[in-house]
Amino acid sequence: MKIADRNEAGAGWLAILLGISMIVLVVSVALAAAIGDYSIGVDTVFLAVTNGLGLTHADIPPIEQSVVWDLRLSRALVAALAGAGLAICGVILQALLRNALAEPFVLGVSAGASTGAVAVIVLGIGAGSVSLSLGAFAGAFCAFGMVALLSNGATSGPNHTILAGVAASQLFNALTAYIVTTSGNAQQARDVMFWLLGSFGGVRWPDFQLLVIVVFLGLVICLLMARSLDAFTFGDEDAAALGVPVARIRLILFGVTAMVTATIVSMVGTIGFVGLVVPHAARYLVGPLHLRLLPASAAIGAIFLVLADIASRVVADQQTIPIGVVTAMVGVPFFAIILYRAKPQQ
Amino acid sequence: MTIVAKDLVWGVRQKTIVDSVSLTVAKGETLGLIGPNGSGKSSLLRLLAGLKQPQSGQVEILGQDIARVPRRALARQVAFVQQDTTTDTNLSVRDVVRLGRTPHRSALSGWTETDRAVVLAALERVNMNGHIAQGWQTLSGGERQRVHIARALAQTPQVMFLDEPTNHLDIHHQIEILRVIRDLELTSVIALHDLNLAAMFCDRIVVLDGGTVRACGTPEAVLTQQLLRDVFKVEADVECSLTGSPHIRFRAQ
Ligand SMILES: Nc1ncnc2c1ncn2[C@@H]1O[C@H](COP(=O)(O)OP(=O)(O)OP(=O)(O)O)[C@@H](O)[C@H]1O
Ligand SMILES: [Mg+2]
Repeated sequence: MKIADRNEAGAGWLAILLGISMIVLVVSVALAAAIGDYSIGVDTVFLAVTNGLGLTHADIPPIEQSVVWDLRLSRALVAALAGAGLAICGVILQALLRNALAEPFVLGVSAGASTGAVAVIVLGIGAGSVSLSLGAFAGAFCAFGMVALLSNGATSGPNHTILAGVAASQLFNALTAYIVTTSGNAQQARDVMFWLLGSFGGVRWPDFQLLVIVVFLGLVICLLMARSLDAFTFGDEDAAALGVPVARIRLILFGVTAMVTATIVSMVGTIGFVGLVVPHAARYLVGPLHLRLLPASAAIGAIFLVLADIASRVVADQQTIPIGVVTAMVGVPFFAIILYRAKPQQ
Repeated sequence: MTIVAKDLVWGVRQKTIVDSVSLTVAKGETLGLIGPNGSGKSSLLRLLAGLKQPQSGQVEILGQDIARVPRRALARQVAFVQQDTTTDTNLSVRDVVRLGRTPHRSALSGWTETDRAVVLAALERVNMNGHIAQGWQTLSGGERQRVHIARALAQTPQVMFLDEPTNHLDIHHQIEILRVIRDLELTSVIALHDLNLAAMFCDRIVVLDGGTVRACGTPEAVLTQQLLRDVFKVEADVECSLTGSPHIRFRAQ
């Protein structure tokens, strides 16, 4: 009964949720800009942001201006976009593969990205952070291409596609391990490990600009196809009987998830857990229909990663814990609560 | 003719599963599809509904070759009720029936009065309007079946294909559902296992055996003692009931 009521409450409930989410998100981003090794007052953060936007010319120490605007704000916004993007990809893949355990990396994209990145870090193909991202992006698309081939363009059924993803992941993980063990030294191996677990350390404004385009474009495309995604509830053939051009929708949406995931992974590494758990949390709040589920997931994912990023910087003194570690440590108890509360009432 | 199928052939690798089947269904007619397990009923229905492409032959529905009609346009005229469908998603009954409106709505349009009315009417037709807000997962097998039929009705189709729609239903609802389908202004093809129900509700019957049409005609003409022995391997007496349709009494031995 509860689930149905939530679906019915519909637009009003969603608007309230998104409104609250926006406020929480802004507060989280402000906190993320204020908190850190060098702690800055929220009023200064506000002024630094308006200065940065060119709205004010307030007199604040240049170092604080720079820390807030150049480092922390771009970092927090990238975290928000990455969270939103991963959550959307999770929703899409869970719907298309009809599998509650599907997540953005199920199609081998993260494994491919790792191989690409490792090839750059260890083998020294190219140089600098730009080529690291490019390497990761290329690797991600290789893996995705392999999955697409193995599953006949994802037309062979959900389980077949998932198996193809597993195969690709295994292959690329093995390649990564091979490269690291044969030609890496200890320091390089540590770098690679760190990168694999995700980090917002190096992101700057250009990353934000690219990501904002990719994530919003992805969200818009997914929203346009939200009705078709609902029709996949009872399987591919049933969707076809409801008038959904199944093959085309699948190809477009798999392409979108690969694009969004690869972009995110190439910037901040493989941040696990968000894409798996956030869709379930959102489903619990707004029900399973995609026109509501997609924006709700995006909002929750954004907030979650911004908060996780703050946690990763303050939990251990002088150390930044990999973001993937934090998402799992914060996420699992939170998820346990949802699992417990969503237990079917007998 | 609303449905015209010509020489349909479909199979996998060496095995031909539907073997040059031709049939026609007139407007408003209810055609029964009977045959033993594995005789190709479900496969034939999928070909007729355009969910599978035949290796050769073609299907015309309402005068159009369905291979050339876009999926969405086809789904506004043709509904398909599958033999067994399940999901892990806990949609409500209302949401499931609303899925039937998918081919009539654009990407972001809201709910119109027509949509609402059609969904409600469909739920009433199958006697499920008392369960509107219930979760799909919590429904009984027969209730799920009825909700799926409601979803097909919500597509407001002119042609409906049903694959064993009376599975899981109690006798009251078996008769009720078939009566609803017969009395609607629908052209329908129904795969059925209950030969007596087929005799009661179908205008004509096609008997499939090993992928080919063994007989086709009115229930009286088709359901003979000889055919039951040949195709279904059972001994039975066929009587004429008061309403004129044949009634089959199976013998234990
Ligand atoms: N994709 C496939 N690959 C191999 N064999 C198939 C395939 N689809 C159907 N078959 C076979 O074709 C035959 C016909 O199947 P179909 O599902 O059409 O039978 P049916 O008449 O609906 O049977 P039932 O009464 O049990 O529902 C069966 O023997 C089945 O095993
Ligand atoms: Mg069948």
